[in-house]
Amino acid sequence: MMRLERRPQPSEAWSWATPILAVVLTMIVGGILFVFLGKDPILAIRTIFWDPLFGSFASYTRPQLLVKAGPLILIAIGLSLGFRAGIWNIGAEGQYIMGAVTGAAVGLAFYPSEARWLVFPLMIVAGAIGGAFWAWIPGILKVRFGTNEILVSLMLVYVAENILAYAALGPLKNPEGMGFPGSRNLARWDTTANPELIAGTGMHWGVAFAFIAVIAAYVLLSRHTLGFAIRVTGASPRAAAFSGVDPKRLVILAMLISGALAGLAGIFEVTGPAGQISIDFGVGYGFTAIIVAFLGRLHPIGILLAGLLLALTYIGGEMAQLQLGLPAAAIQLFQGMLLFFLLALDVLTNFRPRFGADAAA
Amino acid sequence: MGDINPILLLASLMVASTPILFAALGELIVERAGVLNLGVEGMMITGAVVGFAAGVGFGSATMGFIAAALAGAALSLIFGVLTQYLLSNQVATGLALTLFGLGLASLIGQSYVGIRAPATVRLDIPLLSDLPVLGRILFRHDFLVYLGLGMVAAVWYFLNRTRAGLILKAVGENHEAAHALGYKVVRIRLAAIAFGGAMAGLGGAYLSIIRVPQWTEGLTAGAGWIALAIVVFASWRPIRLLVGAYLFGGITVLQLNLQAAGARVPVEILSMSPYLVTIIVLVILSAGRGGAALGAPGSLGRSFHASR
Repeated sequence: MMRLERRPQPSEAWSWATPILAVVLTMIVGGILFVFLGKDPILAIRTIFWDPLFGSFASYTRPQLLVKAGPLILIAIGLSLGFRAGIWNIGAEGQYIMGAVTGAAVGLAFYPSEARWLVFPLMIVAGAIGGAFWAWIPGILKVRFGTNEILVSLMLVYVAENILAYAALGPLKNPEGMGFPGSRNLARWDTTANPELIAGTGMHWGVAFAFIAVIAAYVLLSRHTLGFAIRVTGASPRAAAFSGVDPKRLVILAMLISGALAGLAGIFEVTGPAGQISIDFGVGYGFTAIIVAFLGRLHPIGILLAGLLLALTYIGGEMAQLQLGLPAAAIQLFQGMLLFFLLALDVLTNFRPRFGADAAA
Repeated sequence: MGDINPILLLASLMVASTPILFAALGELIVERAGVLNLGVEGMMITGAVVGFAAGVGFGSATMGFIAAALAGAALSLIFGVLTQYLLSNQVATGLALTLFGLGLASLIGQSYVGIRAPATVRLDIPLLSDLPVLGRILFRHDFLVYLGLGMVAAVWYFLNRTRAGLILKAVGENHEAAHALGYKVVRIRLAAIAFGGAMAGLGGAYLSIIRVPQWTEGLTAGAGWIALAIVVFASWRPIRLLVGAYLFGGITVLQLNLQAAGARVPVEILSMSPYLVTIIVLVILSAGRGGAALGAPGSLGRSFHASR
């Protein structure tokens, strides 16, 4: 019979080992799944995890790694701050969309201006504000009325998706688009474009902001009083109250920061890789970022690595789709499985398994 | 807009509410046992696709519903094992369940896009269905609409009139005390979780087999999340839950009718209205009774680890 014994302190070693173990387990179970789908499991795993980095098309796929990881890391860093303190903003997808819509609307208002020095920074600020506002709603409702932030932030994703559709078909529609839905192409207009900064790397402004966010979050958590408030609230809300943490202020701040970062991810995506506001702009980065945050143990460096890994599964998944006919949904399943394994293995971080007869009791 | 028929509107309200009613009733039992399962959306959509596939495969809607309930329960037990035996965080695990379920459903569903659902028989209750007005509204539905109503009564009876229901509530209010009295907290919770999964699966299958009726990607469109909101709305009580589900169903049907009637409001504003109304209702309820006093079970969302 196996028994679990609570560790006096979470195991440092296991908290690093479990994400790696979870990835390995996901590969094994994923391989079995691929067999059921009639694919060669070794080939499929290689196509997903190896070929994007070192395969024959690597020169094309490698830059994509940063392009996909940028928004994931940016959003996940914001979410992790709230998650640590038990504030569950799970509507990042909506904040991401609203950031893109608000930012793009500001940019398009200036069309056909050539003042990039003015318009582009304004768009970035507007994107951050748009995302922050969308996250502020569940935050303020929680603080004022005690409304559940999980449900409200999620409901707002569906509202944001409808606003996106309305914007793409109505006010932001390209007047020269011959009736097709979607805005003007922001990536092809010099004033608003968010181009690759270093050729061949995939590095654009959004990726740069993601790296800055990683460093800022690291400093915040280890050096700043807000970081202390977040950590102590996560460990024990009662202790936090005694040490003078204002829980309401913390909720609002965590929501604003995570919303602003999601909004930034949105505006950099719409001016760069996506190019325009269109109905299918939201591709689920906001939800995948939740996996990234947990896989990275809610730690900035961990999130950086987890974001790169999940980006790899996106690119590898696309390659497997093209080359092996692996369904796109299989990758989504793969990502969900990864989170399951991680959560299951986490028991080892906090508990020590004991085998043999239950003698002490 | 004069061409909206109020009788048909009320009749379709009952149909529109049924999937959410099933899922919310299941979650109500889960939460009353002290467990917060945020995976309703994932279990619902998996139930929708499995039910549809089985219904088409066997050529029988009934088989589809049975398969959907089993699939929902099976999926929920992943959540159950993780949260009850491996003591994982319930919020994170529930989210994982939703993400996993969405992926699983779209993987299974690929080969079923564009296929017709198996036929279902409408259950016209003799005599009553011939009543003017009321007959159309209340007594000409499929079996599951009545089953849903029956389940509301059954859950009410279980919680308020049976010993087992009392034990379930005790486990949800204070798991340490229940454990000290000798009740098997983990086993009772697993049973509740499996029931919640089966009900969510049924709700999903109702969408794909009867309401839509076909399989499309992202079919549930947040219905599982709305079910979660309705449980809060209902203050964890089955009769209020019925009111909540009908309120939501009513708004859904009304906005669809307004869209069809060509109301001079952008379609997007109409489509977002059910979600906005859900938020507003949540706010009014939380504000009226001051947050924690809503009547949430005392141990909701907390992990239970028997140290003795």
